[in-house]
Amino acid sequence: MKTNDGQNQVQSLLEKKYQNGFLSRGEKVIPVLLFLMAAVSVVTTIGIVLTLIVETFTFFKQISIAEFLTKKDWYPFSKTDASYGVLPLLVGTLKITLIASITAVPIGLAVAIYLSEYASERVRKLMKPILEVLAGVPTIVYGFFALTFVTPLLRAIFPSLEMFNAVSPGIVVGMMIIPMIVSLSEDALSSVPDSVRQGALALGATKWEMTWRVAFPAALSGIMASIVLAISRAIGETMIVSIAGGSTPTASLDLTTSLQTMTSYIVQVSTGDAGFGTTIYYSIYAVGFTLFLFTLAMNMLAQRISRRFREEY
Amino acid sequence: MALVAFKTKEKKINEQAPVERQTVYSTKKCNLWYGNHHALKNINLDMKEREVTAIIGPSGCGKSTYIKTLNRMVDLVPNVKTSGAIEYRGRNIFSKDFHVEELRTRVGMVFQKPNPFPKSIFENIAFGLRIHGIKNKKLIHETVEKSLRQAAIWDEVKDRLHDSAYGLSGGQQQRLCIARSLALEPDVLLMDEPTSALDPVSTLKVEELIQDLKEKYSIIIVTHNMQQASRISDKTAFFLNGEVVEYDDTYTIFNNPRDHRTEDYITGRFG
Repeated sequence: MKTNDGQNQVQSLLEKKYQNGFLSRGEKVIPVLLFLMAAVSVVTTIGIVLTLIVETFTFFKQISIAEFLTKKDWYPFSKTDASYGVLPLLVGTLKITLIASITAVPIGLAVAIYLSEYASERVRKLMKPILEVLAGVPTIVYGFFALTFVTPLLRAIFPSLEMFNAVSPGIVVGMMIIPMIVSLSEDALSSVPDSVRQGALALGATKWEMTWRVAFPAALSGIMASIVLAISRAIGETMIVSIAGGSTPTASLDLTTSLQTMTSYIVQVSTGDAGFGTTIYYSIYAVGFTLFLFTLAMNMLAQRISRRFREEY
Repeated sequence: MALVAFKTKEKKINEQAPVERQTVYSTKKCNLWYGNHHALKNINLDMKEREVTAIIGPSGCGKSTYIKTLNRMVDLVPNVKTSGAIEYRGRNIFSKDFHVEELRTRVGMVFQKPNPFPKSIFENIAFGLRIHGIKNKKLIHETVEKSLRQAAIWDEVKDRLHDSAYGLSGGQQQRLCIARSLALEPDVLLMDEPTSALDPVSTLKVEELIQDLKEKYSIIIVTHNMQQASRISDKTAFFLNGEVVEYDDTYTIFNNPRDHRTEDYITGRFG
């Protein structure tokens, strides 16, 4: 009898639900809410890009695109002889990016391979949080570290190095992107199935032969994507270079002298006293747009690489 | 029907009897523990060259552990301990001066699930040669073709050698993995339930292949499929709870077992 009652109770409760149209109104509202949230981020992105494009156009009304792209000097502050050739800022950015990549790629890949293939569970559990801390350090702290620790250290070894130079911030930007390379590359390596590793070992491969010739190539798409994303991050890095790199736009390839990157120029202008509506003011949009194209291209490259080299296990 | 088939087989074995066969693997009082779990208990087995030895038994009986011990793939499991000896052609495989890489080069292995490398068909076969320092392009090409022919898959892949091995069907992938092992001209081929992930047609192909390969190689095969064991093997070992219950000619095991547990298992009373 009791069980019968229980059944009837459930049935009568369900009956109520059937009569009320079964689904609550919330069920219909949820997708709308979620769509609105998604729309906010899309609209914001479009807004930023539009502002960037509009202000860049304003700049190019005053300074021709040809001058921007071909002139070899960047002297926006000169009262008599202002020159807006973006090349020195590009060179500055590329110098930092190059040094950062040379520092970060080998170390990052070595750490990723170590963690994924060689490290014991204990070491891995210890090292991963440390790397995450490294990734969480604010870039302004990295900047101070570069200026007050790395630069004096390097100058003790190479006395010809200037106080502001490309090497020290380059190395420190590299250190900043190492965790990104490690984390993404390690994910890529760990997703190579163990059965494939065993196949190599069963043919008499040593651990290194297995790692280098099977696991690494199998994970290559993820590894390449991690490198490109990290480099894209290095290109966009601002604080470290502003603090330790100086503010001298120069097209010279000398790594020991003060330089200016695209981002540190933008910082210089936006924190300085260039008035609204001046050519200098608009120039940061043009530089910002150039930077945007760079990082956009890198991110698209990363996506293409990961699709192109994707191995299905 | 089945009995007739077994009888013809017995005859065949008798005809071959005069051939002198050396022992490839001699297992002596071998024990293995996973942590505290005693997985192999006092195993004593002698396996002869150019024979197919089947290892049968219910799940968890240690048959897979045993075959993985023969090329020390079991080392990859953390907390494994062994005692006793397994001699491969007279050398103890647990001894320090027998490098595990050398053992695994001499003894090939085919796994339960096909595990080709995410490389081209050609590179899958060439891999073993390359890691062992063989650079001669002509030799590599010849060996790739020879191995694929031996594994009876050449005709299916000869026009797509440079396509990814992942485009092959499961059965083709498994034969590719067999070819990959054969490229190193191993002495012994270990097969750990090589057909359990395959459809019946592919299974038949692999079984036929094993019959061909036994002319040149010693084959040790783990199988949960008793018909398969009776069809393809010369010797059968029956494992139960980490012990060898019975080891004899396949004909004897399936028609005249000495131990009642073997009889119970092969007649399907458990397992």
